[in-house]
Amino acid sequence: MPKDGGIGASSKRREDVRFLTGVGNYTDDINIHGQAYVFFLRSDMAHGTINSVDTSAAAGMPGVVQIFTGADFEAVGSIPCGWQVTDKHGEVMQEPRHPVLAHGKVRHVGEPIAAVVAETLEQARDAAEAIELDISELPAVVDMKEALKDGAAKVHDDLNNNLCYDWGFVEENKAATDAAFEAAAHVTTLELVNNRLVANPMEPRVAVGEYARGTDEHTLYTTSQNPHVIRLLMGAFVLGIPEHKLRVVAPDVGGGFGTKIFHYQEEAFCTFAAKACNRPVKWTSSRSEAFVSDAHGRDHVTKIELALDGDNNFTALRTETYANMGAYLSTFAPSVPTWLHGTLMAGNYKTPLIYVNVKAVFTNTVPVDAYRGAGRPEATFQLERVVDKAARELGVDPVALRRQNFITEFPYATPVAVEYDTGDYHATMDKLESMIDRDGFAARRAESEKNGKLRGLGVNCYIEACGIAPSNLVGQLGARAGLYESATVRVNATGGLVVMTGSHSHGQGHETSFAQVVAEMIGIDENMVEIVHGDTSKVPMGMGTYGSRSLAVGGSAMVRATEKIINKAKKIASHLLEASEGDIELKDGAFSVAGTDKSVAWGDVTLAAYVPHNYPLEDIEPGLEETAFYDPSNFTYPSGAYACEVEVDPETGKVTIERFAAADDFGNIVNPMIVTGQVHGGLAQGIGQALLENCSYDENGQLLSASYMDYAMPRADDLPMFDVDHSCQTPCTHNPLGVKGCGEAGAIGSPPSVVNAVVDALQSAGKDVTHIDMPLSPDRVWAAMQ
Amino acid sequence: MTQVNMTVNGKAASGDVEGRTLLSSFLRDQLKLTGTHVGCDTSQCGACVVHVDGVAVKSCTMLAAEADGADVATIEGQANPDGSLNVIQQAFQDHHGLQCGFCTPGMVMSTAALLKGNPKPSEAEVRAYLEGNICRCTGYHNIVKAIMAASGQDVGAIAAE
Repeated sequence: MPKDGGIGASSKRREDVRFLTGVGNYTDDINIHGQAYVFFLRSDMAHGTINSVDTSAAAGMPGVVQIFTGADFEAVGSIPCGWQVTDKHGEVMQEPRHPVLAHGKVRHVGEPIAAVVAETLEQARDAAEAIELDISELPAVVDMKEALKDGAAKVHDDLNNNLCYDWGFVEENKAATDAAFEAAAHVTTLELVNNRLVANPMEPRVAVGEYARGTDEHTLYTTSQNPHVIRLLMGAFVLGIPEHKLRVVAPDVGGGFGTKIFHYQEEAFCTFAAKACNRPVKWTSSRSEAFVSDAHGRDHVTKIELALDGDNNFTALRTETYANMGAYLSTFAPSVPTWLHGTLMAGNYKTPLIYVNVKAVFTNTVPVDAYRGAGRPEATFQLERVVDKAARELGVDPVALRRQNFITEFPYATPVAVEYDTGDYHATMDKLESMIDRDGFAARRAESEKNGKLRGLGVNCYIEACGIAPSNLVGQLGARAGLYESATVRVNATGGLVVMTGSHSHGQGHETSFAQVVAEMIGIDENMVEIVHGDTSKVPMGMGTYGSRSLAVGGSAMVRATEKIINKAKKIASHLLEASEGDIELKDGAFSVAGTDKSVAWGDVTLAAYVPHNYPLEDIEPGLEETAFYDPSNFTYPSGAYACEVEVDPETGKVTIERFAAADDFGNIVNPMIVTGQVHGGLAQGIGQALLENCSYDENGQLLSASYMDYAMPRADDLPMFDVDHSCQTPCTHNPLGVKGCGEAGAIGSPPSVVNAVVDALQSAGKDVTHIDMPLSPDRVWAAMQ
Repeated sequence: MTQVNMTVNGKAASGDVEGRTLLSSFLRDQLKLTGTHVGCDTSQCGACVVHVDGVAVKSCTMLAAEADGADVATIEGQANPDGSLNVIQQAFQDHHGLQCGFCTPGMVMSTAALLKGNPKPSEAEVRAYLEGNICRCTGYHNIVKAIMAASGQDVGAIAAE
């Protein structure tokens, strides 16, 4: 029987009511009395020297309050990068200055050069058109390998070259890995591109800055996944505002997918300008601006080699990847191709030797950073593609080859520095095979062929690492942040309680699922629990939501704080019941004395805490409010097996997804409905990457896919119904909920199975096609078949 | 500036607008009906769909002045008179047809228009109709399921998880 509340129940989402009735509170819905509007004049050139920015005519335009240029920000800090990678020679990465407004040079199309603050947005935009720019265009570097050649134009004149870092991992494994390739019975090689994407949450970014002169307090309302991170980065490193004078609020946020993790110039600008203009200043991104100013994702060019022995055991893996950083280092950009990518290259397999090389490159493009999965999709795609290619070269079943090489004993220490705590890869593959009717595939293929279509089946596995931690380890790896999470549980006198979590919900349904956990622990109705997030003035310092960390890390903090509450409440109950504390049991919202019928209700205990008349004041303080900070001892490792069945029209190259099945192991599950929805969304983004989406620049650094007319977002008729299962559950062994995280799995696990399926379809028609780069658009598939 | 007068969710509304003011801006900025969202600037995403004289319209693609005298319905006016969710809204909640909620107002308004003209749409018809509404969160699975459920069809079999 499905539960009707608490952990394991598909509780309907409480946040839905406000979203369905149009009374959500997104950042663009916030309007402050007296606010002015800013319009950013952005570079239409990928690379150029700024000779002059003449604002004199614009300054006299109607409604203009003030115009800012790069010179106004010379005294403030650089937009900081939150992760410093050390290269294979022990040198730290090259780290350029990232100005709020371009100064001296422009380095990518879309970089803000000037900002007009005016009474209305229309007036700001009109005045921006009157700004006269004198910029001398410079040659742009767009292709990463070209950017590394001698004589290539330098994105940053003060750096040695366009190489951010050249990372080797694990450097000590390199010689042994190379030797294993020398000894291999078979080597499969694949060169591929992991296509550049734009995250495209449906809500464009917004920032509203406000300044209270009387108290010298700044407030920034912003579309962020992690308001405390913004407060720390912007306050301490850019504007020099102490945190106690800076409040950052991220209210309802309309999707993030990674791109709202980062600290952006527009946030710093609105905070700065609100004080400079003594007015609230609001910026709302248009979608066109979003395409040239939101951090992009992926954009790796990789060569991967897999060595096998005569029995088809994987003996070594070697990769060389070029990773695009864009023109500046976005907040967590350096970590994505390194610690979020190299550490995942073992995948689900017991390959004993692995060496990963990554060259991160500056180009005259928008900065690239984490997008749903962040490094892990790139790792999974290349690994699962090369394994599939190896199976085809060797003439063995791709599923059997995978099963043969599965890790089966846990904990398992990989050769790429991580230890998987738990998993059961055969179980998810068994489940997948039971879902996809593999035996019936031949008949379905025959039916497709009768209709003039080709049919293919692609399978892959994935391993993910969520809840990146612990903080002291990531600090050694270059993180300039802690990766714990916080929660305060405030119980009110009448028994209801408020959880203030450092996690942030922007579609994940935390207000529902987090309440389920606390309600279950105490044995009260979910509606007695309110979840508060997204406001640094309410919530203890927390790190926010990304990397599928919220339940595993934020939920664990909440559990720890709730445990403290329960422990204290038991002390109060023991006093009220005149019993020993050790005999007090909490069940269904009541404290009872074991073995007796004496009990006291939750609400009586909470009332006693705040009206402490009959209360052990000599032993414990009044009140019932506790805070916990939880720093995990390890990552969590969700895993799964996915299958895609496609039809390909050989006349047009059009690929249609006929069936898609996902068998995931997320450990324990709090709300199955929400988990299923998270997988659906991830699958759509992964399939979007595989078939539709491509962020494309021309050789001059002009963005060709700069609107929804040119960037192919998945529509309803591009996707099938999904077959999703998460009944295989090996609980995480090191967090109190046994949960692993489910937010990114779909996006990580789905691209390889789509490409594997298309290759399978084409090979079934005798086509000598071993790989097609994503997106598998009709023209690319058709061309590959010719 | 031009004065416009219209009926919005059954109530008279008026304001002074520039010729270039979009209906979406008028609703959001002047009437403070911020449930209508703007997710793009090329009429692709559909977050801004409202009904004008009973027809689904992308309000970012219509000038406020063009709606002078019209009967406009927005997401804020869709719940039942007692404030409870209407059939479509309830189906979206029941079937988890929304996550971040940003595209949701447009989805609900488009669904109402679809079901008015096609009370029992097939899955393929629903997917085709949603061509002009982009969702980045749900993969559409549960949106399609919600719409078919709202139309009174049994979704247990066709949209198994």
